Amino acid sequence: MDLLRFATAGSVDDGKSTLIGRLLFDSKTIFEDQLEAVELASKSRGNEYTDLSLLTDGLRAEREQGITIDVAYRYFATPRRKFIIADTPGHQQYTRNMVTGASTADLAIILVDARKGMTEQSRRHATIASLLRVPHVVLAVNKMDLVDWSEERFNEIYEEFSLFSSKLDIPDLTAIPLSALEGDNVVERSENMPWYGGSSLLYHLEHVHIASDKNLQDVRFPVQFVIRPQQSNARDYRGFAGQVASGILKVGDEVLALPSGLTTKVAAIDGPSGPLDEAFPAMSVTVRLEDEIDISRGDIICRVGNHPEPTQDVEAMVCWMDQDALTVGRKLGIFHTSRMARAMVKDIPYELNVNTLHRDSEINQLNLNSIGRVKLRVTTPLLVDDYDHNRTTGSFILIDEATNRTVGAGVIRDS
Amino acid sequence: MTQPAHMLSQLDALEAEGIHIVREVVAQMERPALLFSGGKDSICLLHLAIKAFAPAAVPMPVVHIDTGQNFPEVLEYRDRIVEKYGLNLVVGSVQDAIDAGTVREEPNGSRNRIQTPVLLDTIEKNRFDACMGGARRDEEKARAKERVFSFRDDFGQWDPRNQRPELWNLYNGKVHPGESIRVFPLSNWTELDIWDYIRSRDIEVPSIYYAHDREVFLRDGMWMAANEFAVPGDGDEVVTKKVRYRTVGDATLTAAVESEADTIDKIIEETAATRLTERGATRGDDRVSEAAMEDRKKEGYF
Repeated sequence: MDLLRFATAGSVDDGKSTLIGRLLFDSKTIFEDQLEAVELASKSRGNEYTDLSLLTDGLRAEREQGITIDVAYRYFATPRRKFIIADTPGHQQYTRNMVTGASTADLAIILVDARKGMTEQSRRHATIASLLRVPHVVLAVNKMDLVDWSEERFNEIYEEFSLFSSKLDIPDLTAIPLSALEGDNVVERSENMPWYGGSSLLYHLEHVHIASDKNLQDVRFPVQFVIRPQQSNARDYRGFAGQVASGILKVGDEVLALPSGLTTKVAAIDGPSGPLDEAFPAMSVTVRLEDEIDISRGDIICRVGNHPEPTQDVEAMVCWMDQDALTVGRKLGIFHTSRMARAMVKDIPYELNVNTLHRDSEINQLNLNSIGRVKLRVTTPLLVDDYDHNRTTGSFILIDEATNRTVGAGVIRDS
Repeated sequence: MTQPAHMLSQLDALEAEGIHIVREVVAQMERPALLFSGGKDSICLLHLAIKAFAPAAVPMPVVHIDTGQNFPEVLEYRDRIVEKYGLNLVVGSVQDAIDAGTVREEPNGSRNRIQTPVLLDTIEKNRFDACMGGARRDEEKARAKERVFSFRDDFGQWDPRNQRPELWNLYNGKVHPGESIRVFPLSNWTELDIWDYIRSRDIEVPSIYYAHDREVFLRDGMWMAANEFAVPGDGDEVVTKKVRYRTVGDATLTAAVESEADTIDKIIEETAATRLTERGATRGDDRVSEAAMEDRKKEGYF
């Protein structure tokens, strides 16, 4: 059984909570005591119906205000797959939460109300999914029951979305007409829409092919920690612990350690349950090398002839997540793979309007929840790849040096 | 079902993620600790820590906040595991704190809430800047929103509205002196994953998780073990039932469930079929209010 992480974005109005509630309910993941608690809470609030959003809105403030303010993680499983849902609010002021949810997602569900069609919000969700390189996107056209299950309406919305997404980078798009409230095309194929030849949403989630999403070409092994036992029985052991970011690392491979530039061979790979012949993403292993070379946390082990570029000049799309705006000249902590360094903002060439894709170069700062192009100068060389090739070596976070808060997230662009 | 080539099974993926997180804690933090109660979640966490640094020893102490109201089977287990893996055990004793007058027992005899000041005190005394725990997001709705690296201010408080964004696998462990991070490497595990892991890695757990005969009585619709910590009242009828525990907490408020599951396979079968969450079924501490967990976490609870 494998694992699929997917992100949902949208507001209560789109029927997002109803959709998630139905996936959980129909896969028998909602427990009786949870349902009872939600029913009780709905009643005490004077609601006429059981408000399934109370299942996901876990914080007191969220329940009081009837809004989702943070990413909530939900879990369910079918006999085929286990699913982790990153459930994020859909409004502009929560762009950072959407970016957070999308950063680890294999798939994103973009919910559109069939009556309203594409909105500013759905365009923003598509842009974020594309920026964060979510490999699979589902356009879920909801509330089909309210447009008489109209094929024409569905096609209209699909075409409108395709037109917009053609300007983006969405490798795999699937559109599904559904009614979360009635359950049509959520778990079972709908009888109300015989014109639709595709699969139900759950069937799609269970079967979407994710095995080839991983980068198995470029070996990147960022070293997290050096293991040197202090016990007498293992005194000669020297292992480099980390999680494989990409590529397949094999015993006997000739490898290059960066930034030192020294080469050696893989002597052994120790996995959590014993020695391995090879390691692939996202295994956590310990690599032992034939020669004793100086490697420490933050270094990267890769193949000779295929390595990330060491650079102190990093260009990226940055999502700004803090009240205090990002300005040129500001100094920040930067955390990339397992390397912590400092960076200075050299330039902010433009802000991206995530609703229209318009590039506004008349700006001189990035405000909370805005996304823009940023040029950074870093104190030490980072070993980077373009984010499109590598979600691990192509990403970083920015940290405020005074408050220690995470204030920005960046996806690295070569050009 | 066979796993496609170069794809991790979900259990292997969760294990790899957990090991990565445990290693980040040790690499980033100055004085980390691992909270170990002898319950199934902290047992899995301890196993991740053992695997993460093998063949070296676990490079941090394990901390047990001892309410003084534990099941004897769990204490025996704790001490045996500490011995087996050569761990450095730090005990924060609630009884000592009561004796010293720094905390006071609640009228109902529960020591759940007064664990928190003892935990915070233990963190402060040992100057721990990170404490790893086995909490999972599927346990409770406030936990569903908590970060893997969860920042605590110098009072040990959690501020749910002001959490650090957490993206990719980049965990920000930066703190000022006095502040700390609670870390939850099993965030993405479910109760069923825990049991699947225990089975597939052949991990020993305390005997009270398996069905056994025990003298119990009904309190608030839950089966409580009749012992020195949970004394039946006048009208309570004590009966012998075949029960097991789904969670292991303080003996005054952790209830047993009726069960025939005396093997790991039967436990997994039972867990997959159950219609009640483990906390809803067995924990008196979460029944106080809709936001009981959120409120306790804000004060510095696990």
